[in-house]
Amino acid sequence: MHAVTPPKSAQGTLRIYALLILPLPLLIVLGYLLPTLGVLGWSLSLPKVGLQNYATVLDSAAIQTVIWRTLRICLLTTVISVAIAYLIAFRWRFASARGRLLIELFVLLPFWLSMLIRAFAWLVLLRNDGLVNQSLLTLGLVDEPLALVRNELGALIGMVHFMVPYAVLPLLSSMRQVDDSLLRASSSLGAGRWQTLRDVFVPLTVPGVAAASATVFVFSLGCFVTPALLGGGKAAMLAESIYIQMFQLSNWGLGAALSIVLMAMVAVCAVVFGKLVGFARFTGRSA
Amino acid sequence: MNSGRVISGAATPVLAVPRAVRPRLNLARGLSIVAMLLAALFLLLPILVIVPLSFGDQRYLAFPDGAWSLRHYLTLLDTAWLSSILQSLGLAIAVGVVSTVLSFLFATGIWLEPRYRVLLSAVVLLPMIVPQVVSAMSIYYLGAKVKQLDSLIGVGYGHLLMALPYSLIAMLVAYSRLDTSLYKASRSLGAGLGTTMRHVLMPNVRGGLAGSFFMAFIMSWEEVVVTLFTSGLHVITVPKRIWDGLRYNLDPAIAALSTVMVLITLVVLLVRLYRHDHTASPGR
Repeated sequence: MHAVTPPKSAQGTLRIYALLILPLPLLIVLGYLLPTLGVLGWSLSLPKVGLQNYATVLDSAAIQTVIWRTLRICLLTTVISVAIAYLIAFRWRFASARGRLLIELFVLLPFWLSMLIRAFAWLVLLRNDGLVNQSLLTLGLVDEPLALVRNELGALIGMVHFMVPYAVLPLLSSMRQVDDSLLRASSSLGAGRWQTLRDVFVPLTVPGVAAASATVFVFSLGCFVTPALLGGGKAAMLAESIYIQMFQLSNWGLGAALSIVLMAMVAVCAVVFGKLVGFARFTGRSA
Repeated sequence: MNSGRVISGAATPVLAVPRAVRPRLNLARGLSIVAMLLAALFLLLPILVIVPLSFGDQRYLAFPDGAWSLRHYLTLLDTAWLSSILQSLGLAIAVGVVSTVLSFLFATGIWLEPRYRVLLSAVVLLPMIVPQVVSAMSIYYLGAKVKQLDSLIGVGYGHLLMALPYSLIAMLVAYSRLDTSLYKASRSLGAGLGTTMRHVLMPNVRGGLAGSFFMAFIMSWEEVVVTLFTSGLHVITVPKRIWDGLRYNLDPAIAALSTVMVLITLVVLLVRLYRHDHTASPGR
C-alpha cells in the first residue's frame, strides 16, 4: 500500500513536505487575510472613495461614546474579574486535592458552557421579575425592581462572569510556580503569615496578574454576544456597533471602518501588553 | 498516551503544601474562604437556576408551580428546533472532519520540516487572536463576493476558519511528544510516506486527532458571531435560534436545551478531571 513512493532526491522530499504543509496557510491567506483586505477596501470606498468613514469615526459623538464606553467596560471587567480570579486561584493554591478538584469544576463548568446559555441565565436572574429582584422585593430591601439588566450594569455582570475563568487559568500557572521553600524560608526567618503573603507570595504572582489582565482586556475589547444581549442595545460596545452599522443601518463602509479600528486597537494592546507582561515577568523573577 | 492511565480518585497534589506553611484557621483565612464561596456562587448560580426553569409547566418561562413538566423538552423535538439541531450537528461533524484532516497534514509536515514552523503556525492561529466580529466581517465580505451568504457551505466555511486554530493546537501538542526517529525508522524499512502516515504516525497521535476533532466540533456547535453575520433565513443553527429567542422574548425551550448542555458539559468535565491527575493544568 504505497500511496506515495519514497522520493529519490532531497528536493523531492521537500516538495512532498510542502504539499502537506501549504494547504492550511494558503487557505488562511487566500480565504481569510485577502477578504480582510477587502473589508479595508470597503471602508475606503463605500459609499464613495475616500477617508470619510474614518473621519466619521473621529468626529461622530455617537461613535466616540461607543469607543469610550468600550474602554470603560473593558477596564472595569478586567479589574473585577482579575480580583475575583486571584482569590479563587489563591484558595486553589493552598487547597487539598479534593478542594482543588472542586474549584477546577466550578471554574471550568461555566468556561465550557456556551456564552449564549450564560447570557440567557443572567437575563433570567436579573430581569425585572427575575429571581434577584423578586428576592429583594420579598425581603423588602427595595420598593420597586432594580434595573439590573439590558443596560450597562447587565453587560458588565455578564462580561465579568464570562472572563473570570480566562483570568483564573494564567493565575493558576503563576501561583503553581511559587516554590513552597520560599514561603518556608520566609516564615523561618521570622516573617508572619501576612508579611510572607505581602512581601513574598504576592510579588511572585505579579507576572500572572499581568498576564491575566492583558488576556481579559484584549478579549473584552472584541466582546459582542454578551454585551449585546445583556446590554439590551443601551450599552453598545464597538463590536455590537459594527453589527448595527452592517445589518440595521446598512452602512457597510462605516461598519468596515469600525472593524478596522477595532482590529487596530486589539493589535496595539496586544503589542503593548506583550512588552509589559514580558517586563513584569522579568521583574517578578528578580523580586 | 493517557488512555491506559488508571482512574485515580485520591491522588495527592505534586505541590502539596506542608502543614507548617498552610495558614491555620483564623479570621483572614475564614474571610477569604467566604469570599471564595461567594465567587463560586456567582459563577454557578446562573447555571443552576436554568435547571428548574426547564421543567416549568407554563407556556412561558416560569418555575414549575407544583407540577413539573417536560413540555419544553418536547418543544425541542418540534420541526423548528429539531431542524436547527440537525443542521448544527451536521455542520459540526463536517467542520470537525475537514479541520482535523487539514490540521493533521499541516502538523505532520511541520513536524518533519520545521524550518518555517513559527511563521506558518502564527498565520494559521490568526483567527483565534483577531476579534470574532472582525473575522465575521472578513468572512461576510468573502461570502458576499462568491455568493455564499446564508448557505450551509458559506456558514460552514466560516465555522472552519474559527475552528482551525483550536484544532491545530491539539495536533501540535500531540506531535510535540513524538520523536522524528519514528518516521525515519519507518521510511528506512521501506514504507512510503502514505503508509507511514496511516500506520505509524496516525496511531501515535490518535489522542491529538480526537482532540482536534472534538475542539473543531465544539467551536462549530457553539459558533455565534460569524453565523450571525453570514446566515439568514435558510441556515438557522442552534446558537442563531437561541440568539433570536433571547433578543425578543425568553423562549423556555432554551432552558431545556441549556439543561441538556449543562449536563453533557458536566459529564465530560468530570471524566476529564478524573482521567488527568488532579493537579494537571486545567485548560481548554
